[in-house]
Amino acid sequence: MKRPPTASELNLCLCHSCGLACDMSNEPHRCPRCDAPLHRRKTNSLARTWAYMLAALAFYVPANLLPVMNTTLLGDGADSTIMSGVLEFWEHGAWDIALIIFIASIAVPGVKFVALSLLLITVQRGSDWARKERSKLYRFVELIGYWSMLDVLVVALVAALVQFQALGTIEPRPGILFFGLVVVFTMLSAMSFDPRLIWEPPATKERTDVVTH
Amino acid sequence: MAHAAQFIICEHCDCVYEKVPLAKHQKTVCSRCAGVLQRYNGLTVQQRLALSITAAMLWLFANFYPVMSISMQGLKNSATLWDSVLALSQGPITFMAMVAAIAIIIAPAFQLMLLTWVLSFALAQRRAPGFKLAMRWLETLRPWSMLEVCLLGAMVAVFKLAGMLDVLPGIGLFALAALSLLLIRIAGRDVRDLWDLL
Repeated sequence: MKRPPTASELNLCLCHSCGLACDMSNEPHRCPRCDAPLHRRKTNSLARTWAYMLAALAFYVPANLLPVMNTTLLGDGADSTIMSGVLEFWEHGAWDIALIIFIASIAVPGVKFVALSLLLITVQRGSDWARKERSKLYRFVELIGYWSMLDVLVVALVAALVQFQALGTIEPRPGILFFGLVVVFTMLSAMSFDPRLIWEPPATKERTDVVTH
Repeated sequence: MAHAAQFIICEHCDCVYEKVPLAKHQKTVCSRCAGVLQRYNGLTVQQRLALSITAAMLWLFANFYPVMSISMQGLKNSATLWDSVLALSQGPITFMAMVAAIAIIIAPAFQLMLLTWVLSFALAQRRAPGFKLAMRWLETLRPWSMLEVCLLGAMVAVFKLAGMLDVLPGIGLFALAALSLLLIRIAGRDVRDLWDLL
């Protein structure tokens, strides 16, 4: 297949901050236009992506098991987890809201774990399988990333509103901390991954700076 | 070798293309990985500045007026964005309060300040003092600004509470809705055009 030249073949490097195609013949360390640090590839991309993702995976367990909020109405207190919140909406017939929360809080992080692992493993094996689709998958992961923050913000708003001492109060519980950490770490993980690795032929992985013009 | 500034590099697969002028509704797509390279943006500097100032006003409304208020057996209560950040700050989960504060208050505020600063100078065809730093921060802040998530969160909260008590959306909620849509339009990647304009 005929393809356009790549940046390394022309001895160029993309500045991630301003989008300038920087000439690398003098090996500059910073973008001449915006002073941001230049890297041909994100530093330690694979190790960082794995590390952030595994950290997020570890937090995903308490995030789903621990209660995220406590509702006390007229003296009766009840803890609720994310899943029990979804089920409550479902049982009351609000299937649409239940679906939104389920997708944002449980499905999106799950999809991100699977997608990032798939990307990491295929890149490490130097696979050339479905490269275009994997690129699209990465863009999808980046796009859905922060929507999981939904539940944290819902709990915050609800807890700020329902403060009627004896009649009823809602308080956040530690689950929401772990849940927020899952979101932050999966975002960091997706940011550390370098999608250009998908397109790298295995042979040239070691030599990235030999092309001269 | 031709001057590097006329090239555009696909950030997803490193392919190099020459920049082309775009017409309305057009975008250029990488032929190898199908990632978007350039997208048409019809806004002039003047329009962007006007929208940034509008957004700054909306930010004030969204932050100083309650997002919603509730009533239960004669008792009333209302909450602003800041109140909900404070609600998270109690107990062992203080760290989340900081993340939430950044995501829904601080990051959008900084984005708007930087945009207004950079664009007011751009109106006079000049680079603002600290232009490079401001532009780099606009890039860094973007992924952490989550107002549209906050908007959906507020709507879910309305439904969550509507079952047990009366909920009234406040001025803050409408301002939040308008602000989150505006931010998507003005704080996106298109700000990078300024590098070429100035």
